[in-house]
Amino acid sequence: MIPVLGLIGGILIGLFLQPEVPLWLQPYLPIAVIAALDAVFGAVRAVLDGIFNDKVFVVSFLANVVVAAFIVYLGDQLGVGSQLSTGVVVVLGVRIFSNVASIRRHLFRA
Amino acid sequence: MTQPPEPTKQTGPEPTGPSTPTPEPTSPSTPAPEQSSWRTMFRMARPRATRANLFAALLAIVLGFALATQVQQTQQQGLEQLREDELVRILDDVTQDAARLGNDARALELTRDRLEGGANSSAEALRAAQQRLDTLGILAGTAPAEGPGIVLTIDDPSGKVTSALLLDALQELRDAGAEAVQIGSVRVVADTYFTDTPNGVEVSGTLVKSPYVIKAIGGSATMASAMDIPGGVNESVRRLGAVSTVDQRDQVSITALHTLEEPQYARPVPAATGAGK
Repeated sequence: MIPVLGLIGGILIGLFLQPEVPLWLQPYLPIAVIAALDAVFGAVRAVLDGIFNDKVFVVSFLANVVVAAFIVYLGDQLGVGSQLSTGVVVVLGVRIFSNVASIRRHLFRA
Repeated sequence: MTQPPEPTKQTGPEPTGPSTPTPEPTSPSTPAPEQSSWRTMFRMARPRATRANLFAALLAIVLGFALATQVQQTQQQGLEQLREDELVRILDDVTQDAARLGNDARALELTRDRLEGGANSSAEALRAAQQRLDTLGILAGTAPAEGPGIVLTIDDPSGKVTSALLLDALQELRDAGAEAVQIGSVRVVADTYFTDTPNGVEVSGTLVKSPYVIKAIGGSATMASAMDIPGGVNESVRRLGAVSTVDQRDQVSITALHTLEEPQYARPVPAATGAGK
């Protein structure tokens, strides 16, 4: 509950402050957001699987973000930044979809 | 990597994600396990003021913040968030567009200039052609002319004046700068000829009789003095017993016209420079 409120509050803060994304962060922020979403959906699934652990959630959240950003950074350095970004997004998207499917099966038995 | 299946107590303080507001369960046929799932969600969603819960809330805040920021950033569609190769591609596109539009603009300007210049130059050409037509008309005797000049009258009651005298007079006038000459009712042009006939002098086949009136347009003073030179026209006329008078006028009008005939043999040679005839 509190994290949900926190999510909403963060969105509102972002809407009101309208911050400028720093230049160095711009290539990584979208990927980081996708990775964090993946972590969140994974957490929900873990809750329903009965294996949720908050420490695991926090660590996996941060690790997801860092690894995604690092992959994009590496891709930029290797000259395949846009392709690797696409790849990361695809992988994370697939994971999000599978997590959502698992959640759906848990909640709706369908 | 979200949740390694770490077998743990779900008693721990941890709420995450989209939990409570999810609406009605869809399959009432299997109520029992479904309800347990929902119960799990509700239980996990219950606020628990623990360190981990607050940490998760903090992460959620950060996520929401980043989400909103990124969405806004994307909506701004600024160039600064694009990668180098994308920027290069955009720059190429813009450069190509600029080159293409520049070419278009140049072509259109060229067309415009040509059209304007065409209007101007055709008017100019028309003016020049008219001017040349006037000049040539005067030279060829096909156009009437007027201007300052003299009227030379030779009164010759005894019929002594010959074609040679008239030819001399004409030559003197031309030497003195006469631009248009009329003898009697005959316009004097390049192919004018003088013949002596028993009846008198014919100019280009037209009989002219005394008094011979020769009108010439040109520098009147020059022509008048040319008539007066020793051994000139006036003296010759006097020697023949005739009387010549020179009348300088500000306005002499020559109205006699010469009819051009198509040359029978001569053909114009195309001008190399196209300067025209």
